[in-house]
Amino acid sequence: MNIAVLQFPGSNCDQDAYHLFATGLGVPTRYVWHKERSLGETDLVVIPGGFAYGDYLRCGAIARFSPIMGAVHEYAGKGGLVFGICNGFQILCEAGLLPGALIRNRSLEYRCLTCDLAVEDAGPVFNTAALGRRIRLPIGHGEGNYRIDAAGRASLETNRQVLLRYVENPNGSQGDIAGVRNEEGNVFGMMPHPDRAFERFHPSRDGLAVVRTILSARFPKMIRRSA
Amino acid sequence: MLPPNPDPVLNQPITPALVKKHGLLPDEYEKVREHLGREPTLTELGIFSVMWSEHCSYKNTRPLLRGFPTEKRGATANFGRVLVKAGEENAGIIDVGDGWAIAFKIESHNHPSAIEPFEGAATGVGGIIRDIFTMGARPVLLTNSLRFGELDSPVTKRLLRGVVAGIAHYGNCVGVPTVGGDVYFDRSYEGNPLVNALCLGTLRHDQIRRGKATGLGNPVYYVGAATGRDGLGGAAFASKELSAESASDRPAVQKGDPFMEKLLIEACLEMMAVPGLVVGIQDMGAAGLTCSTCETASRGGAGIEIELDRVPQRESGMNSYEVMLSESQERMLVIVQLGREREIESVFEKWDLHAANVGTVTDTGRMVVRQHGTVVADIPTSALTDGAPVYQREARRPAYLDETSIWTPEGAGLPDLDLAGAQAALRALLSHPTIASKRWIYRQYDHMVQHGTVVLPGSDAGVVRLRLGESEKFIAISNDCNGRYCYLNPHRGALIAMVECLRNLVCAGATPLAMTDNLNFGNPYKPENFYQLKECVRGLAEACQFFDVPVVGGNVSLYNESPDGAIDPTPTVSVVGFIEKEEHITRQFVRAPGARLVLLGGAPAELGGSQFLGIVHGKKTGDAPAVDLPAEKRLQDFLLAQIRAGLVGAAHDLSEGGLMVALSEMLFGPDRVGAAADLSGLAAPRLDALLFGESQGRVLVAVAADDEAAVLAAAKAAGVAADGIGSSTGDGKLSVRTALGELAWPVSELRHGWESSIETAMKRPGLS
Amino acid sequence: MKIKVFVTPKKNVLDPQGAAVGHALESLGLKGLKGTRVGKVIELDLEASDSAEFRGRLDKLCRDLLSNPVIEDYHYEIAGA
Repeated sequence: MNIAVLQFPGSNCDQDAYHLFATGLGVPTRYVWHKERSLGETDLVVIPGGFAYGDYLRCGAIARFSPIMGAVHEYAGKGGLVFGICNGFQILCEAGLLPGALIRNRSLEYRCLTCDLAVEDAGPVFNTAALGRRIRLPIGHGEGNYRIDAAGRASLETNRQVLLRYVENPNGSQGDIAGVRNEEGNVFGMMPHPDRAFERFHPSRDGLAVVRTILSARFPKMIRRSA
Repeated sequence: MLPPNPDPVLNQPITPALVKKHGLLPDEYEKVREHLGREPTLTELGIFSVMWSEHCSYKNTRPLLRGFPTEKRGATANFGRVLVKAGEENAGIIDVGDGWAIAFKIESHNHPSAIEPFEGAATGVGGIIRDIFTMGARPVLLTNSLRFGELDSPVTKRLLRGVVAGIAHYGNCVGVPTVGGDVYFDRSYEGNPLVNALCLGTLRHDQIRRGKATGLGNPVYYVGAATGRDGLGGAAFASKELSAESASDRPAVQKGDPFMEKLLIEACLEMMAVPGLVVGIQDMGAAGLTCSTCETASRGGAGIEIELDRVPQRESGMNSYEVMLSESQERMLVIVQLGREREIESVFEKWDLHAANVGTVTDTGRMVVRQHGTVVADIPTSALTDGAPVYQREARRPAYLDETSIWTPEGAGLPDLDLAGAQAALRALLSHPTIASKRWIYRQYDHMVQHGTVVLPGSDAGVVRLRLGESEKFIAISNDCNGRYCYLNPHRGALIAMVECLRNLVCAGATPLAMTDNLNFGNPYKPENFYQLKECVRGLAEACQFFDVPVVGGNVSLYNESPDGAIDPTPTVSVVGFIEKEEHITRQFVRAPGARLVLLGGAPAELGGSQFLGIVHGKKTGDAPAVDLPAEKRLQDFLLAQIRAGLVGAAHDLSEGGLMVALSEMLFGPDRVGAAADLSGLAAPRLDALLFGESQGRVLVAVAADDEAAVLAAAKAAGVAADGIGSSTGDGKLSVRTALGELAWPVSELRHGWESSIETAMKRPGLS
Repeated sequence: MKIKVFVTPKKNVLDPQGAAVGHALESLGLKGLKGTRVGKVIELDLEASDSAEFRGRLDKLCRDLLSNPVIEDYHYEIAGA
């Protein structure tokens, strides 16, 4: 198994994402610089949090055109696993690999705090059987307000594409949506940070269960290990 | 004489009025002429004015600062040696064992934040981060100390909103967590907010880099953002006279770009990892190119030649004065090993940043600057650094101290509290912005990035896990300074800033290691202000010496005053402590009913300088609380020993608001707990002083019921006063028995007032 | 050729900044305010000639990069072709 963590200029949670997998899960993990055109062999592409390109124009708007994204589109098109965290989620939405868009928090302020999240039954991989009814993950973002038009929202709900909802909405997201998957079920994105919920001293260690669950799409045995 | 400057505007004669506009005294100007052996050019005048300014030269404070201890007596070969001392470089560095070290420093950006709070605070953060990674360290945490006027004024709200947003914008984007700090709201800071920002970074000993230009012929590289006219609107030289550009094009305050800084951090660390490539490196902070070029040359005992035409410029037609004095952000100066230019260029190409070869290291000991083929400045570097004037200012004890220092509640006939008054007073104190929860502030800071924050903001000290190669270590950090105490007794107030900081660290389970300080004072030419400065420095130095906590660096900010007067003297202190083992990490919150509460340090009765006196009686008087350094040491050593023995469930030091505020705060953690306390056994001539007096040397601890007797006995043996004052409960109440009767509050009510105070004050219509 | 691209939030999209600015204007005494939206202007200075083909390319750039069609509308003005 190997995990690829993308690095854009301005990604600042790349080390956090790296350690979530390399140290938290103990699986081989490597960085891929945004100027590369090939991902190499990988089982999961992680797009980490941060401020790629300074969040200029819109969060993720410029990063989606980085050279590596061509390979990501191709990889996802073939069913490869992709997971975007925070800025990574924003990049995937801008790239059209996930539905919807993220805009400024309703409060117009950055929010850093640990959230209770309701787990949705979002298909055979990400569900309450795997994660329980509730998990706790920290958020850290200024633009986490999820928006989607009425038709898109109806589609999300019908296809069970919502992964997590905020119990106490911290940013104004429609439908309290904190994370979604694509219809095919191989691309996942969420604003909360599993990469801040895995160390023994973190307020929650639910981040480990989250990434195990996502990896179980490819490695079914992952899910049986205790968190 | 030098040839005429390529820009005719700079060729005007230097008049006494122009010299004065540049902040130089007539005899300072004479010294300039002596150093040069001729009249300076206008560009050279600008250079001297900035290098000899208070900010760069410390001319009014240098003699005072020599009193600080800069080495650690108790350091061993394996731990705690100061590797780079205060004053040597951009930041000091101290060993933390196993070949690793930390670099840290605090710096102010007060005046820019008063003008433009967002950018002023943001660029303050940017500047201090650069001071850390220029030493070769990866920045891993930020803290800040903020002071504002009272929060009910719209001006203060605007400043608070802007400063916090600015710090958040910069720190969050750059990816360094803001893990702690302190904030006070007091009338004395009206119009003169204080924004002191600290950064700490980690590095191996062999990664230490210095700001030295050495090696004849080595190329001088400029890396980072292009240079514009930033900061020149505030320059001494009136904008109309400066160039044809209109004044509105020249921003008085610099604008920061944290994205650029993030790229710069990564590119610089990558560049510095290449063995032998980087000979010296310095960030361009105040007076950018000027300061970095002459300081690196001066430290290296060398000379330097700069070619301004090669400096990346984002505006056209900049003359030499503008390029040399620009305060454009996110720029570094790098001295590179000759022959290896291509290596540094390729690193910066990867990160899409400028890397321009702008000069050479020489052996002339002079800084020579050229533009358009003409020499525009030619100055011996030592004149700008070592040659800067040094003054001994006059100190005079302020007259107000005669009155305030002898005030006592008895002498003034201050009526004591009755029970109803005590009930109301706790509510008032807990909801006062200085004491109330700062959550509105710190939830805007990313305090979790780099996944190493162990104790989040809201407890006595921030605790962070440092990832050092394959191993990890834990450090604690706290910022403190009660300016009111320093106003009422400068020497003692400064002692208290230190001991409070140390108590906070010990409460977290840490041993104090080293400190950095930011001296925020008024105009030093006023003898009363200088007295405060002198006495505060004396107090800090004494405490540092006593506790063996060396100063590894710091900053001075003077002239923090308006026509109404100076701010309270505010020598902000930040101490870093080292935690031996993860299991020692302690927080201030009681977690469950049934714990026993023990008050360490007794209950002396003082009201001087207390928040209670200010909030309930509207008075700012009395002497600062008494300080007993040996008693503080005994308390610290005892508490640390109990923590290491695993006997302490929670620990919280007593500070603003005294015993009742500290007790309440221990109940405001993640769990819903109450407390039942009995203070009737404590000798207390006054109820108000017992409940809210701010006597020093005290900590409240929560211990298991079975351990209480042992802890009390150990305290006695250690010479530390200790009283069991009650237990935590599950009844949701805070009840206190006093000699006068019972007091009780619903914890949720107290907590609500404490939690919502600042958030309510800062609420904007239509936003949630 | 100077182009100004105006990017605004779609009518039915929540605009917290617009709301905040509106409230601030009202608190400064502006009466009768029915709505406020905050957008951005992107100014391009380039050497090109106006043509249907050029505008087609510009539209694509506006849709792909300069605006996010999920939440934003755009229009542009061209001067001095």
